[in-house]
Amino acid sequence: MSRQSLTKAHAKITELSWEPTFATPATRFGTDYTFEKAPKKDPLKQIMRSYFPMEEEKDNRVYGAMDGAIRGNMFRQVQQRWLEWQKLFLSIIPFPEISAARAMPMAIDAVPNPEIHNGLAVQMIDEVRHSTIQMNLKRLYMNNYIDPAGFDMTEKAFANNYAGTIGRQFGEGFITGDAITAANIYLTVVAETAFTNTLFVAMPDEAAANGDYLLPTVFHSVQSDESRHISNGYSILLMALADERNRPLLERDLRYAWWNNHCVVDAAIGTFIEYGTKDRRKDRESYAEMWRRWIYDDYYRSYLLPLEKYGLTIPHDLVEEAWNRITNKGYVHEVARFFATGWPVNYWRIDAMTDKDFEWFEEKYPGWYSKYGKWWENYNRLAYPGKNKPIAFEEVGYQYPHRCWTCMVPALIREDMVTEKVDDQWRTYCSETCYWTDAVAFRGEYDGRPTPNMGRLTGFREWETLHHNKDLADIVQDLGYVRDDGKTLIGQPHLDLDDPKKMWTLDDVRGNTFMSPNVLLNEMSDAEREAHIAAYKANGTASTHTAA
Amino acid sequence: MTETTQTKQRSFPSIEFTDSEAGALEFPSSQSRSYNYYKPAKLRATMYEDVTVDVQPDPDRHLSQGWIYGFGNGPGGYPKEWTAAKSSNWHAFLDPNEEWNQTIYRNNSAVVRQVDLGLQNAKRARAYDAWNPAWLKFVERNLGAWMHAENGLALHVFTSIQRSGPTNMINTAVAVNAAHKMRFAQDLALFNLDLSEADVPFDGSAHKEVWQSAPEWQPTREVVERLTAVGDWCELLFATNIVFEQLVGSLFRTELVMQIAARNGDYITPTIVGTGEHDYDRDLSYSRNLFRLLTRDAEFGESNKVLFGEWLALWVPRCLDAAHALQPIWSQPADKSVTFADSLDAAKQKFRSLLEDLGLDTPKELDQ
Repeated sequence: MSRQSLTKAHAKITELSWEPTFATPATRFGTDYTFEKAPKKDPLKQIMRSYFPMEEEKDNRVYGAMDGAIRGNMFRQVQQRWLEWQKLFLSIIPFPEISAARAMPMAIDAVPNPEIHNGLAVQMIDEVRHSTIQMNLKRLYMNNYIDPAGFDMTEKAFANNYAGTIGRQFGEGFITGDAITAANIYLTVVAETAFTNTLFVAMPDEAAANGDYLLPTVFHSVQSDESRHISNGYSILLMALADERNRPLLERDLRYAWWNNHCVVDAAIGTFIEYGTKDRRKDRESYAEMWRRWIYDDYYRSYLLPLEKYGLTIPHDLVEEAWNRITNKGYVHEVARFFATGWPVNYWRIDAMTDKDFEWFEEKYPGWYSKYGKWWENYNRLAYPGKNKPIAFEEVGYQYPHRCWTCMVPALIREDMVTEKVDDQWRTYCSETCYWTDAVAFRGEYDGRPTPNMGRLTGFREWETLHHNKDLADIVQDLGYVRDDGKTLIGQPHLDLDDPKKMWTLDDVRGNTFMSPNVLLNEMSDAEREAHIAAYKANGTASTHTAA
Repeated sequence: MTETTQTKQRSFPSIEFTDSEAGALEFPSSQSRSYNYYKPAKLRATMYEDVTVDVQPDPDRHLSQGWIYGFGNGPGGYPKEWTAAKSSNWHAFLDPNEEWNQTIYRNNSAVVRQVDLGLQNAKRARAYDAWNPAWLKFVERNLGAWMHAENGLALHVFTSIQRSGPTNMINTAVAVNAAHKMRFAQDLALFNLDLSEADVPFDGSAHKEVWQSAPEWQPTREVVERLTAVGDWCELLFATNIVFEQLVGSLFRTELVMQIAARNGDYITPTIVGTGEHDYDRDLSYSRNLFRLLTRDAEFGESNKVLFGEWLALWVPRCLDAAHALQPIWSQPADKSVTFADSLDAAKQKFRSLLEDLGLDTPKELDQ
C-alpha cells in the first residue's frame, strides 16, 4: 500500500469513531490524570489490512527458522550454561507480554483520543502474538534440549518461585492501579521504550554467541513491533503533558517506573548476560557497556532528556544511581550470587565460574575477583552432594539477604538498605527510592492531593515468609522442583548430568531449616534490630565479599 | 609513501560442540517433554493449550504469593468478583477455535487477501457501474452505519473485556474477537472509500449522519452505547455475542445483506460481509462453549441460569427495539426479495435454538 493511500485509508478509518449520546463507555479503570486540555496526538498509522499480512510474513520467517534449527541440530552447539537461564527468563516473559495486551483497554478508557484507541487495540493483538510465540519457543526448547526439567513445569514454577515473583512486577505493574501510571508510564514510556532494548536486543545477541539463534529470531521479531508501541506511549505522554495538573504525577511515575524497571530488569538480564554466557572475548561488550549504549545513550539522552523542553523534571539522579549501582556497586554480580546461593529452590541449573570467567570479569569490572572470586570458588568446591550442605547453609562469609519490600530483589547493596516500620510492620528496602515507592508513591494521597486511583503494594511480598522455619527438603518438594524419579532436584549447582552421584536429591538437602529474614526482623527487640541492621549495613559492598 | 593502516582484527564467538541435544544422556526427567502443570482436555496437549493455559496465573492454582499489586479500591489481578456469574472452574473453558499467534495471522491474512482480491476485481470489472441507484444508497447509508457498530464493539466491548476475564483462555479468545471486529469495521470503511472514489453517485461521508441521526439506526446505536457502559465483563459478552449479535447483527448481516445483495447486482458486498459472518461464527462458537460451561456448572449452573435470565430480560427488549426500528431499510433496495418479518423470524428462530443449546428459557419478549 502506497504512503498516500495509507494516509487516505487511515483518515477514512478515523471516521469510524463517534461521540456517544445515549451512554458513555464504562470507566472500569480510573486515573488521577486529566486529559481535558489535551491536544489530540496521532500515533503511527496502522490499518488491519496491512497489519495482518505483515505479521504473518514475520511469523513465517520465525517458524521457518525454528524448523531450520531442528534440522540443523542447533542443540549440538547450544551452551547449557546459557539455556538453563532461559528456564527462568522464558517462564517470566510471556506473562508481562500478555499483561501488556490486557493493559490496553485501561489506556483506552483513560485517554479520549480515538486515533490512539486504534493503535492501542493493534498493540493488544501484538502482545497476544508475543506471549504465545514465546511460549512456543519455550516448548521447542523443552522438546529438543538435553534437560527439559524446569521447562516442563514452567508456568507453575513462575507462579511459586522467588525470582518469578520479582519478574511478575514486570507485568502486574502494567495492569494494576492508575491506568496511566500502569499502562502508559510504567509499561510503554519506560519498560518498552527503554528496557526492551536490553531484553529483546542485547540478550538475544548473547544467545547467538552461545549457539542459540532461535532466541534472537523470536525476540528480534517481537522487538520489531515495539516501535509502534513506543509511538503509542509517546503520544499519550505528550497529551498528558498538556495539562499542568499532570506534571507532579508524571514526575512521580517516571521516578517509580524508572527505578523499578532498573531494579527488576537489570537484575535479571544483567545476570543472564554476564553469568549465562561462555563467550569471554575481551572485546565482547559487558552488560554495563550494553547498558551505557542502549539505556543511557539511546533512551536517557535521546528520549528522556528532550522531555525537559516541556518543563518536565526527569529523574537524572536515579539514572545516574542506576549506572552507579551497575558499575560501582556490583548490582548484577550481587544478584547473580544471590540466585546461585538459592540454587536448591531454583528450577534451573547454574554453572560454576571458571578461571576464564574470572579473568573476563576482572577485565570488565576491575576488583571483581577480590569481591566475588572466593565465593565462586566456594560454589565450585561445594557443587556436589555428600560431604557438604548447599552453599547457603555453609559458612562462606555470605549472609542471606533481606528482601526489598517494593522491588522484591533483595537489599544486596547492603549499605543502602532502608529499614522502616510501614503499615505496622518492619520492612526492608533495597534503596531510598524503593522505600519512597511504598511509603509515598503508592498511596491514596500524593503531595497533598488525593490520588485514589494509585495502586497499592499487596500480596505475600516476602517469599521467604511462606517457607519460614521449614526444612529445605520439604520446601523443594512443596514447590514441586523435583525430577521424575521423585528425589533428584531440578536445580543443581553445576551442569553435570552424566553421573547420578553428582546430582543432589531431597535427602542431600534435608536437615537444613530455612528462616525468613523478615519474620526474624519483626521478632527482634528494638535494640536487637538496631544492632542487626547496623551489622548488615556494615557488611556492605566494600567488605561483604571476603569469603570465609 | 603509502600510509599503512592496520586492519582491525575481526572478533567473533567460537562454536563449541556441546552435545546438548535431547536424548544425549539419560538422567532423571530427561524424557519429561510435556508441560506437566495442567491436565490437557484430551490425552495429548494441543499447541493452543501449551501456549495459553496458566500464562495468566491464578491464586487458586499455583500463584503462592498472591497478586502483588492492588487497585486503590480493591484487589489487583483478575478478581472473580468482576462478574456476577460464577464457575466452579473457570479454567475448564478452552477456546474451540484454538486461537494463538499463528492462527490469528493466518486466518486474518487469508481474509485480507480475499477482500483485497474482491475489491481489485470489482474495480477492474467496473462492477459498481451496474449497481442501481437504490442499492448504492442502501450501501452508502446502511452498511456505512453498521461499520460504526462493529468498530464500537471492537474497541469498547471486546478489547475492554479481555482485561477482566479470570483466565488467559477466556481473555485471549475475546482479544481475537476484538481483532476480528476491528478488521471487519475497517474493511467496510475502506470499501466505502473505494465506492466514494468510483465513478458512481456515492456519498462516502453520509454514513456519519445516518449513524448519528437517522431514526432507523438510533436504537441500534443506543444498544451499542449501552453495551459499552456495562461494567460486568460476562454480562457484556453475553449481551453482545448471545443477544445483540443474534437479534441485530445477524438480522442485518445474514438475514438482509447476504440475502439481497446479489439480487441487486452486487457480488462484492457479500464477499466482505461474509467474512464478518465467518468471524461471528467462530466467535459465537467460543461464546457458546463458555456460557454452556456456566449453565451446566454442577455448583453454580442453576444460579447462572437465573442470572442469564435477568440479562435476557434486560437486553432482549432493547435489541428487539433496535431490530424493529431497522424495518424501513428492508424497503430501500430495488429488489426486495425478503421481507422484514421473514428475516426477523429467521433471526429469532436461530436465537431460540442458541438459547436452547445453552439450556436457557426463551424470554417472553421474543414472542411478543
